[in-house]
Amino acid sequence: MTNKTIKVDYLARVEGEGALYIKIKDDKVSEVKFKIFEPPRFFEAFLRGRKYTEAPDITARICGICPVAYQMSTVHAIEQAFGVTVQGQLRELRRLLYCGEWIESHVLHIYMLHAPDFLGYQDAMHMAQDYPDVVKRGLQMKKAGNAIVSLLGGREIHPINVRVGGFYKSPSKKELGQLAEQLKWGRDAALETVLWTTQFPFPDFEQDYEFVALRHPTEYPFNEGRLVSNKGLDIAVQEYENHFYEEHIEYSNALHSVLKGRGAYFVGPLARYNLNFDRLSPLAQEAAKSAGFASTCKNPFQSIIVRSIEVLYAFDEALRIIDGYELPDKPAVEIHPRAGVGSACTEAPRGILYHRYQLNDEGLIQNAKIVPPTSQNQKVIEIDLRHYVEQAIQLPEDQLTWQCEQAIRNYDPCISCATHFLKLHIERE
Amino acid sequence: MSPSILLIGIGNEYRCDDSIGLHVIRALKTQNLPETIMVESSGDGAELIELFSLAKMASVIDAVSSCRKPGTIYEVEAHKQPVPVQLSFQSTHAFGVGEAIELARVLEQLPPILLVYAIEGANFSTGLELTPKVEEAAYKVAEQVRDKVKDTLKDVDTNSP
Repeated sequence: MTNKTIKVDYLARVEGEGALYIKIKDDKVSEVKFKIFEPPRFFEAFLRGRKYTEAPDITARICGICPVAYQMSTVHAIEQAFGVTVQGQLRELRRLLYCGEWIESHVLHIYMLHAPDFLGYQDAMHMAQDYPDVVKRGLQMKKAGNAIVSLLGGREIHPINVRVGGFYKSPSKKELGQLAEQLKWGRDAALETVLWTTQFPFPDFEQDYEFVALRHPTEYPFNEGRLVSNKGLDIAVQEYENHFYEEHIEYSNALHSVLKGRGAYFVGPLARYNLNFDRLSPLAQEAAKSAGFASTCKNPFQSIIVRSIEVLYAFDEALRIIDGYELPDKPAVEIHPRAGVGSACTEAPRGILYHRYQLNDEGLIQNAKIVPPTSQNQKVIEIDLRHYVEQAIQLPEDQLTWQCEQAIRNYDPCISCATHFLKLHIERE
Repeated sequence: MSPSILLIGIGNEYRCDDSIGLHVIRALKTQNLPETIMVESSGDGAELIELFSLAKMASVIDAVSSCRKPGTIYEVEAHKQPVPVQLSFQSTHAFGVGEAIELARVLEQLPPILLVYAIEGANFSTGLELTPKVEEAAYKVAEQVRDKVKDTLKDVDTNSP
């Protein structure tokens, strides 16, 4: 029987900062608290009284890593309230913009934050000393994602070209065509990345998760689809709040999302992949098969492989869109504000991002609700940690701490969407 | 040939003192500095490495939290020495300023001159307010950076054939 205390003051390589507390008593995990100090409510309040046209630029500021996701959920929700549907090339451009963001976000996580875990390095700087060319490849791939976001969004970070109804300016065929060579290189590099990550050593860790993601009739999901799960959920996005709710957690100002009557659920790349493998492009499906990676995966440590496959898909999809692009007549469809409520879910790199807006007949926002993917994954992260620590309880303290950090990094939690600080405390009493 | 001077202000607009790097850059934009590119950044480390490759001299201005008095200014010649670990940059990215500089050093992608100006912040919660001492420091840093840019340009003029 051991009663020990481990304290770590800083959880490295997780976007943003929050807090984790694990208590181990008599070789059993007695408590796990994944704390978020500050809920994402500032922006909801900040949006009240603002004109609908301001919303995409404001919500883009919530997160430096996934501004496109925030913009996309915003514009889709407001368009739903106004009864507007964006189709054709403008819809394709939105998918292209999302490709850019997935590439940026996933590549950053794969190369700079997650790969060092599996190769035994403290961080990307130490990994770069032995693998400079691999790290340079990651930086080049991210640059290709930046190029898409920069061209379509108007800026690499916090895009300003997105508006309700479409874009302020649509790119010319020539401008998009100039990206093609860089993206073809990126697609080859993504294939190498899939092969690279499938060779990493992974702990044997699987749980009986309920995966939740969008599913579209024909596409791997970015902006549209029904919300489905591997345990029977199949609802329209507008029914979200009938099935999911946020429970207030005593030790955290943030709210944990749960499925009514079922509890924790899992969103993000693994959920998308498991529920939409058949919607990946043939190239991405074939890459997974060639690497010996199954069409379903329940090991969150292998999320790095799934991210690699999604990066490959994003490059492939971007090239498909560019190849078929024709300049639309107008950069945006006409908008006529009307009073109403609209909601939308889009697939941020880390999972479904839900927005709901109530607007008046002048298009002023009366209420806003935003549920980031990290809030939705918090409960499942806690459950993972409880099971993972129990099976690794005899590990030396520094190793256990490191593995806890890895278990959290599996989810690429973008805690900056919800808060700013993350500190890790593991106590063995 | 004139040097490319790059000034990067880092911060999150909606995180109170975290935005101070952006405020410094906005103050510098009113100075009409020649041959100088100014960038507002959210602190994405990979983006910073890319930006470094454009410059012969770069300055990075960011907020830090190191338990000193709010408004304390630190200046680090990052091309000569590692950024001290006790300077905890308030980035919302784990792969942020400190990591980007050290990774760029490993990959030999640092600009020939890289000056880091860090301002001790006090309040990093969501909001738009600046702590008065931190705001005062921002103006001082803007003056220091402006003088440094002018000195650099003067040196180049003097050394030009």
